[in-house]
Amino acid sequence: MINRNAMKDTVENKEEVMDINVSKRNFLRLSSALGLAAFVGLYKSGDVFAAEWKESEFTADNLKAAMTSIGAEGYTMSGDVVVDSAEIAENGAVVPVRVKSAIPNTEYMAVLVEKNPNPLATAFNIPEGTEANVKTRIKMGETSNVFAVVKADGKWFAAKKEIKVTLGGCGG
Amino acid sequence: MRLIGQAILLALTMQLTVSAFADDAEDNDIYAEFLEDGNPAEFSEINGEELWKTKAGPNNVSLEQCDLGKGPGVVEGAYVELPRYFSDVNKVMDLEQRLIHCRMTLQGLTQEEATKQPFSKPGKASDIEPLVAYITAASKGMKMAVKLEHPMEKEAYEIGKKLFFHRAGSHDFGCVTCHSADNKRIRLQNLPNLLDKKQAQKVYATWPAYRLSQGEVRSMQHRLRSCIRQQRFPNPKYASDAITALTMYLAKSADGAVYAAPAIKR
Amino acid sequence: MAKPMRIRAKLKGDHVEAKILIQHDMETGLRKGSDGAKIPAHFIKTLTVKYEDKVVLDTVMGIAVSKDPFLSFKFKGGEKGGKLTVTWVDNSGDTRTDTTAVK
Repeated sequence: MINRNAMKDTVENKEEVMDINVSKRNFLRLSSALGLAAFVGLYKSGDVFAAEWKESEFTADNLKAAMTSIGAEGYTMSGDVVVDSAEIAENGAVVPVRVKSAIPNTEYMAVLVEKNPNPLATAFNIPEGTEANVKTRIKMGETSNVFAVVKADGKWFAAKKEIKVTLGGCGG
Repeated sequence: MRLIGQAILLALTMQLTVSAFADDAEDNDIYAEFLEDGNPAEFSEINGEELWKTKAGPNNVSLEQCDLGKGPGVVEGAYVELPRYFSDVNKVMDLEQRLIHCRMTLQGLTQEEATKQPFSKPGKASDIEPLVAYITAASKGMKMAVKLEHPMEKEAYEIGKKLFFHRAGSHDFGCVTCHSADNKRIRLQNLPNLLDKKQAQKVYATWPAYRLSQGEVRSMQHRLRSCIRQQRFPNPKYASDAITALTMYLAKSADGAVYAAPAIKR
Repeated sequence: MAKPMRIRAKLKGDHVEAKILIQHDMETGLRKGSDGAKIPAHFIKTLTVKYEDKVVLDTVMGIAVSKDPFLSFKFKGGEKGGKLTVTWVDNSGDTRTDTTAVK
């Protein structure tokens, strides 16, 4: 799950650490502190990424673990969530998918491929004013269920679709 | 009894194959539709334009004075009239032959230098494929209009036609083996019947294309090279007159098609 | 070196339709090169889309996002001429920002 607050906390804590360094007048010698200064600068200029990339979400190696890592273990299947694609993808390296949710206040959507080595492919934070309807392209190692998982008002909903991946011919 | 059973089974299987094919064909279209609004070929087009306009070679000049048949520097609409006869060399050339000619005559490269990397490899982009993407994109929306006026153009067409029907090699194969009947396919790819004008138009007007499986824009030379390899023939020489002749035959077969490349394909 | 993106943003009724195409290898780290050695992973991790100062889409990506990533979505509150800015950061620390005006 992308957590804005967690990100903010981390940055604020690091600001404190830097203050200590400044008081010791040696922070210029510390390359890590230099990196930190640049980071804090970015944060203050308003360019910080709200999306936080979490290793544990992308290294989970089965569907259940991946669902748990994003906090969605208690999801229910819902007809208001849709995974849209062609039934058959001619090339597993490029599988176009659209994920959408008709559930009010959808704030987050994730795309998971059950049979990929690491199921989580990508996830979106959907701010207010943005439609919970995103089209992207993912890789699939083999024919698999593709899940769209959404969070709305603290609850988790999901939909799935089997997409067949074929061996291609010459390309027409 | 047994024979009849087999015949029924055969008939059933055939029908199944046919209906499965129809579904697949429809699904292929959905897949294609899904891909249409974001074609990475655009990046090749941009890179190609830069290559076209950048000074290079021993003469340190750009390709902007290259005559693709419609006068020096005219890119718009050049591709829908290629291959064509060029009086300055007294021969018929396809786009890639002409580009090599310009790189040699304008920029001063040797033939070897000009044809050093016709096709992109992982991590190493070709300096010809992007030019092809840029030039072909400048003919989008125009109608295929190859002329068969000059005797050498007519000759190239006739040679190309012969090559299309020519069967040889370890598998007694020819272009005609896969591309002269409706509803054939290799795995999931439909094989267009190039003797049918509509199918010939559709396929020719969508090459070159960004190949999803290769992550690159592939030119007509690359397309035909792969076809020839799949016939178990030796690799043709890059930008040879034989490929130009075959291209001439295919381009004429697609006459009148609204050009829509670089496209995006499997 | 990070290469430019293609961003299209079009006003359609009360919403802006955004289409983003990015040049990036999105190497998984699982493939082997012609020399038999593994090609190191190289992929975009985060991507943020802003309309003027407001975040309109916020994305995390793994190695299973296709080469030359593509995104398409819609948001409300945009106007013709407004600036749409896309920024990505990859696992090597490389980053790229491009901006386009809504048409």
